[in-house]
Amino acid sequence: MNNRMFIYEKKLQYPVRVSGKDVRMAQAVLNQYGGSDGEMSASMNYLTQRFSMPLNETKGLLTDIGTEELGHMEMVATLFKKLIEGATKDELVAAGLGGYYSNHETCPFLLDASGVPWTSTYTQAKGDPVADLYNDMAAEQKARATYEGLIVLTDDPLVKDTLRWLREREIVHFQRFGEGLRLVEEYSSNKRYY
Amino acid sequence: MINYNRSNQMSNEESLMLLDIQKLQFAIYDLALYLDTHPNDPVALYKHKAYTDQLMQLRDAYESRFGIMSVMGHESGDTWRYINSPWPWER
Repeated sequence: MNNRMFIYEKKLQYPVRVSGKDVRMAQAVLNQYGGSDGEMSASMNYLTQRFSMPLNETKGLLTDIGTEELGHMEMVATLFKKLIEGATKDELVAAGLGGYYSNHETCPFLLDASGVPWTSTYTQAKGDPVADLYNDMAAEQKARATYEGLIVLTDDPLVKDTLRWLREREIVHFQRFGEGLRLVEEYSSNKRYY
Repeated sequence: MINYNRSNQMSNEESLMLLDIQKLQFAIYDLALYLDTHPNDPVALYKHKAYTDQLMQLRDAYESRFGIMSVMGHESGDTWRYINSPWPWER
């Protein structure tokens, strides 16, 4: 079927499993949802920048990685939900999420782990392909580093498994953006001879 | 094989079929990212064709038994099974 828009497929890209509740971990995981280097920022970076890309290769790459990050947002939201579901009032308050609960119950919301709301200032769309691709490579490194912090924070091997998988994707994205940058820089230097 | 999708809300068979589709779709997606910057790589193109052929079969088999995965799928049953539980965050 030919689609020229976003279509949702009813499954996660990779399974998200938890051994049990962990409200403190749920709070930490919000950093990858509404945080500065989280999946929302990544997706919006790439889905906005693609409009100013000169090469079909990088239009494709930014579209496809931006779309994958939306899928990662869903995985992070699922992880949050599974970690907080069924928490008692005392568990929520002990983890510092009493205020969050009164505002959002156990629904994922676009905040970071400190309660700072997501903002487009976390993103960049300079409209300059070289600047944007360097930004994207940095963004992927920051996301990788954030996942490493989260992996250290949890003792749950099931949670570690999902986080490690997400971390690996950031490394692959970094490599792909590096290739995109090389292509754009070659294209830019060729243009100067005309 | 570990059934990563095992849940109380889905039969073992459905969860294993879904796992096969997830694995294949992941391989296809990763190939697509590679092809975005290497559009003329013949090996990658060949693999993408082979995997997407396989995916069509797996998806048809899954969707006819358990309902469509996306609203663009072909629902062959007599109810809109698309909205049935479990949703991905409930599995």
